[in-house]
Order: sequence, then C-alpha cells, then structure tokens
Amino acid sequence: MSASRPVLSVTDLHVGIGRQPIVRGVSLAVHREATLGIVGESGSGKSMTVLAATGLLDAPGAVVSGSSALVSEGDPVELIGASPRALRSVHGGRIGFVFQDPGTSLNPLLRLERQITESLEAHRRPTRREAYARALELLDAVGLPDPEAKLGAYPHQLSGGQRQRVMIAIALACDPELLIADEPTTSLDVTTQAQIIDLVRDLQRDFGTAVVWISHDLGVIGQVADDVTVLHDGTAVEQATVLDVFERPQQPYTRQLLEARPLVGENGPSAIADDAGTLLEVVGLDVRFPVTTPVGPSTVHAVKALSFQIRRGATLGLVGESGSGKSTVAAALTGLVRADAGRAVLDGTDVFTVRRSGGRRAEKALRRRIGLVLQDPFSSLNPRIPVAASIGEPLVVHGLADGRAARRARIDELLDLVGLEPSFASRYPHELSGGQRQRVSIARALALEPELLILDESTASLDVSVQATVLELLADLQYRFGLTYLFIGHDLAVIQRVSHDVLVMRAGEAVEYRPAAELFAAPEDEYTRALLAAVPPARPRDAV
Amino acid sequence: MTDRVLDGGRVGSWRLLAGNPVTVVSAVALTAVLVVALTAHWIAPYGINEVDVPNALRGPSGAHWFGTDELGRDVLSRVLVAVQASMRVALVSVVFAVVVGVTTGVVAGYRGGWVDTVFMRVVDVMFAFPVLLLALAIVAVLGPGVTTTMLAIGIVYTPIFARVARASTLGVTVEPYVQLSRAMGTGSPYILARHVLPNVAGPLLVQTSLSLAFAILSEAALSFLGLGIQPPEPSLGRMIFDSQGFVTLAWWMAVFPGAAIFVVVLAFNLLGDGLRDVLDPRQRTMLEARRKQ
Repeated sequence: MSASRPVLSVTDLHVGIGRQPIVRGVSLAVHREATLGIVGESGSGKSMTVLAATGLLDAPGAVVSGSSALVSEGDPVELIGASPRALRSVHGGRIGFVFQDPGTSLNPLLRLERQITESLEAHRRPTRREAYARALELLDAVGLPDPEAKLGAYPHQLSGGQRQRVMIAIALACDPELLIADEPTTSLDVTTQAQIIDLVRDLQRDFGTAVVWISHDLGVIGQVADDVTVLHDGTAVEQATVLDVFERPQQPYTRQLLEARPLVGENGPSAIADDAGTLLEVVGLDVRFPVTTPVGPSTVHAVKALSFQIRRGATLGLVGESGSGKSTVAAALTGLVRADAGRAVLDGTDVFTVRRSGGRRAEKALRRRIGLVLQDPFSSLNPRIPVAASIGEPLVVHGLADGRAARRARIDELLDLVGLEPSFASRYPHELSGGQRQRVSIARALALEPELLILDESTASLDVSVQATVLELLADLQYRFGLTYLFIGHDLAVIQRVSHDVLVMRAGEAVEYRPAAELFAAPEDEYTRALLAAVPPARPRDAV
Repeated sequence: MTDRVLDGGRVGSWRLLAGNPVTVVSAVALTAVLVVALTAHWIAPYGINEVDVPNALRGPSGAHWFGTDELGRDVLSRVLVAVQASMRVALVSVVFAVVVGVTTGVVAGYRGGWVDTVFMRVVDVMFAFPVLLLALAIVAVLGPGVTTTMLAIGIVYTPIFARVARASTLGVTVEPYVQLSRAMGTGSPYILARHVLPNVAGPLLVQTSLSLAFAILSEAALSFLGLGIQPPEPSLGRMIFDSQGFVTLAWWMAVFPGAAIFVVVLAFNLLGDGLRDVLDPRQRTMLEARRKQ
C-alpha cells in the first residue's frame, strides 16, 4: 500500500508442531499507519503466524523457521530465535497486544491503574506521577467515561467492551510501533464491535501505529484493513489490498469465503403458507433469577412480560445482544429454568402448567415435543461416549426404536438426515470437526421428532463456510418435514437468512416484533436500527 | 471442505501412559508387587513362623537372602507375606473409601441444595480429625484386627474421595451436554451413569492411586503401634517395631520391611502422577506434543 519501509517484515515463515506443519512459508509486511488484516478459518494458522512472527509463540514442541524483522527505527531486530531478554524489551514496548477475551486478559485482583502502568514501568521506569498521568491520558484516549474514577476500578466493574478498551490502553502504553489485535472483537456484541473498530482506527491515525488485525470475519476485516492476507491451511492464498480482495478476488478460496458470508439485505427463507396455524403462543413470559451480590441476595429480571407466537412450519428469529435474556427464553421453554409468570401454549398444551402439575409422564411427553440445540459444538456432546450413544440417548430414554437393530437403523437414518455417513456412529466427539459435531447435535434433537426446535446460537461458533452449510441443512430439514424453529442469535445477517418473523430483545423486553421482510426493510425502533447499522456492510470501508 | 477436525491429533491414554518411562517403571514394579503378594505363600522359601533359634539374627546369606530375625525366622518370607497383608488392607480400605466417598460426593454435587450442605458438613467434620487419631479412635472402639484396620483406613479416606467427586461433579453438571440431556427428559440415574461418572473418573483414578500409597503407610503405622494386623501374622509395620531392639545388631530386620514399604508407596505415587499427567487435559497436550517431536 504505502511505499515506506515496513514496520514488521516477515519472510518465508514456517511453524510446525512436532512433525505437523501449521504455517507453511508465509511472508507479509506491515506498514506504518496501515492495518494488515489476516483472515482465515479456525485452524488456518492465523494466530500461529502472528504469534510466531512476534516471538510470542509458547507452544511446546513448536518449531519456527524463517525471518521476522522489526525494522522501523535503528537497526532491524530479528524476532525469530531472539533471546527471551531481547524479546522482553520488545514486547509491550515496541509491540502491543490485544487478545480476544477481555474477561481473562486482565488480572481480576489489580486496579486498572496498576495494570496500565505495568508495561510502562518495565520499559521506561517513569516516576509515580508520570505513570499516573500517562494512565489517565490513555484511558481518556480509549474513550472510557470518567477515566479518573476508572483508574481505581477493578476489571469486574467494567463491561466487556470497556475491558477491551482498557486492553487497548495497556497495549498502547509505551507508544508501540506495532499493535497486534487477535480477534479483538469476536467475543463482543455487534454494537460494541463497531465502537472498538472506530476506536482503533482513530488511535491509529493519532499515533501512527501499524496494526495487524486477525479475524475470521471478512466483514470486520473489510472495516479495518488496508491490506489483506487470506490464510488457508497455513498458506497465504491471497495477498492484496482490501478493495482487490473484496471486489476482484483472484483465488477460488477467497471467493468461497466471500460468498459464504451471510449479508443483511439478502433473500430470506422461502415463504410459508399464509394459513399456517400457530404452533406456540407465549403470553407474558416472566423469568427472574435469584443472585447473590456483595450487598446481599437480589434478583435479575431476565425476561419481562414477553409475548410472541410461532407459526407452524415457520422460523421466529429471536435477536439481541448478550444479557438481553434471549437464551433465558429457550431455557424457560425447555424447562431448564422455571418461568415466574406467563403462559406458553404448544398446540393446545399449556407448557408451564404441565411442568408444574401435570405429572411425570405428561412432563416427559412434553419434552419430546420441544428440541434444543445449543451454541457450543464442543461441550454439547459428552466427550466420553461415541456419536451413536449420544444420538441414541433420547431414543432409549423415551423408549423409541426398541431393540438394538431398530435403534441402530434409526441412528443411521438420523445421521443421513444431517448429511453424515453411518460410519460416524462409532466415532467420538473429539474426532469430529465443529460443523460435524453440530450436525450430530441436530440429529440428536431430531431423534424425538420434536414439533418445535429451539436453536440457541447454534451456528454462532462455527466458521462462516461451515455456518453456511449448517444453515442450508436447517432450511432443507424445515422444507422437508415442516419443522418449526425458534432461532436465537445475535447476528442480524444470519437471522435475516432464516427467519420468517423477527423479535428484537433488549434487557428482557421486546423492542420490535414483526415479519422479517418488513423489519429489515424499514426498522421502526431505534435500537433495531442501531443493531443493523453496526453489522459490518458487504463492501469494505475503503469502497464507500 | 474447510470443515477441519480441530484436534485430530489425540493419542490414546494408554499409549501416552506407555510413553512415560517413570509410569512404565512404576506400573511394572506394582505388577511385580501384586504378583508377589498373590503368590507369597508359595514363593516364600520358609514358613513365616518357622522358628530356628540357633540361626537367629543371621545376616543376609544364600540360605536367607534377607537374613533372619531374633527367633531365626526368615525375613524374606515374612516380608513377602507382610506385603500381601498390607496390599490386602490397602485395597479393601481404598475400595471402601471410593464406593462410599464417590457416592456421597456425586450425589451431593449433582443434587445440590440441602443434601449437598448436610453431606459436605459431615465430610468437613471427618476432615477435622487428624488421620491417625481418627483411625486410633475407631480401632480403640472396635478392637484391633485386620477388619478394623481396613474399616478405619477406609473411613479416614472416604472424605477425600467425597470432596474430589463433588468438585468434579459440580463441574460436569453445568456442562451443556448434561443440560441438553435434562431438557430431553433423561432421568437422573441415566445422567449420572452415562454423563457424570465417566467424566469424573479421571481425577478419582489419580486419587485412588495416591490413596493406596497412603493407605499402605497408614496400615504400617497402625501395625507399628500394635493396633493393626496382630501377631503372629507378619506385617511390615510390626516387623519394623520388632526390629527396634536389634537395630545395631541386625540392620536387615528393619531395612528390608522398610524398603518394601518404600518401593510400594513410591510406585503408587509415581503411577498417580503419571495418571494425572495423562488425564489432565493441559498436561496432556504437552505430552502429546513431546511425543510427536
């Protein structure tokens, strides 16, 4: 992009763990005041590349070769194979780091002032007063309200977005030439993500820092990057300016990634008949949790008098940010938490009344009718039992497909439904990929032939291309069997792709509830508009 | 296509265990000890109470590898049979502790609420007694003997297993796969047997191995104090007690039973460490990485 000397220059980087190659000959350069976006799916080696290039790779058995030189001022410093002492003087001083999880990157026992001044003291040995002044200046720069008071705060007193701002302040404490941001917005809500992106761009303009931004999300990369490196299987398959990558992708893999992205403004699901009856009607659902706080017991009002309907064979998209209470709705409907008030009628059956006083048999029969698929494909399956046992569990518990042969046949049938070979039956979860595990979770939920399937962020932790195939599978199943979905999510683009109706939740309340086509065409509520505006657009920022 | 298996490089636990020389050595040593213990009566060259006063207090020789004691009894034969007795006491008492402790801990952790509170307060009370003192009290009430020793040691180790089982159960119970299982209408017995127990087995296995080592030591200590296995049955602790008067004359009387305790305890401890390394996921990744180098 710019003709100046790069800040970091990586040449022919190879990383292997034992005999397995992870990164195979990646070269890249990062320039002053510019951002290099590194994009790839999980397992593509994007974090490994950057960690190895900055000398931060600490995996046992890792073998790194190639060259990575920090060249901005004075003599170039070779980072690969550098002594721990040399690396210490560079890390935190000339290179700052921001990682994905702001919850665990901060020490919960130290006040923010101490955490911000730590690297400053290690590298510059300022006086107490200088350190304090610098910490204040940094918190102000990252846009934290009331920075003076925040210096004395502990991490748990901040929200996720505020913590990530503090992480950025720490990374910038010593005016680094290079800022490494590894999925810095992945665990944040969309609106917070948009703020962090703006913040980093502003800071970059003010301080002239070079930035490496790693993400699996091409939308985010389009918003932050000047140059893009697409990593696939440890190889840089495409390296170009952000405009070229988005508008003129050269490689089929890049095109595939671009096409797999769900985008706002695309077509929704195929329409359903207008005379479809109501399968589930929820009226005035109210859920409170007792919680223990330092000042005594208290309650969290997670869902406040929520009402909605789901039409038979349709999908209701339930969207909201973390803490909006959307998962609590799923937990209440599946009986994992108790509803404090309200009614839920599933095709004539009053769900909460049956749970409370319908007797064991009626309650169990009800459980057959509502299926649940959760977000995390890794923890949704018991790691110690094979796939067949996981899918077979509901069959055994409900006495369906009796007999070994019948059960086996049913399991094969269910595997086939979700597009897996019968040979998967004997595999263990750790032998499957994330997408395959999520297919197994769906097969298990379908085993009971539920009338309503609740999908709680079920595609949120999958790679974009895998997410696309799972969404296709869900649409196909809905089309073939007339399934009804309650699809809970935070990504408006995904919600639009699957939903017939959409309910936007905020702080336990419905802020907008309308047919999807109307809602996306003309959002009425301000909050819905803010959510939509925060979704990274299809085209990169530079193109606008 | 790009839907890759993320951790395809998992290596079987057995192969990892086999790849650790310390674990292999301890497992081999334990197998040898077990074989010796099972066959002690056949392989012992002399009877355990074969008195041969003219040959009393003879040092190790071709006829008596470990020498003889003050009554001319063969120390090797007595050590072999004593190892058998110690192993039996340790195994029975630890099995008792595992069964009672794990049941208590799993039920407390899974049910929560008042069950958890009551069970765990009882466990706390048991923890508050010094181990040997509690064992002494039980032996004092029930009278010395092999059965009492087993019971005493078993009761002493029960709270440890209850604690470990409860902690692991608390972790597993909140796992999404248990939540999903509940949402599907699965009953508690099925969930406990299928989802909870297999996933808490790892730390318990480690604890079992370590407890066996301590149980051997406890048995030796009780027998040393005259509260464990009663003469004329040989026991390692009792043999060391008996050797006290002759330490300057016949070192072998103390050294060989002591060495037997040392070998068995060390082997159980090392096996426990090896198991922990394999069953702890973080350690495991490191082991796998080392193997692949």
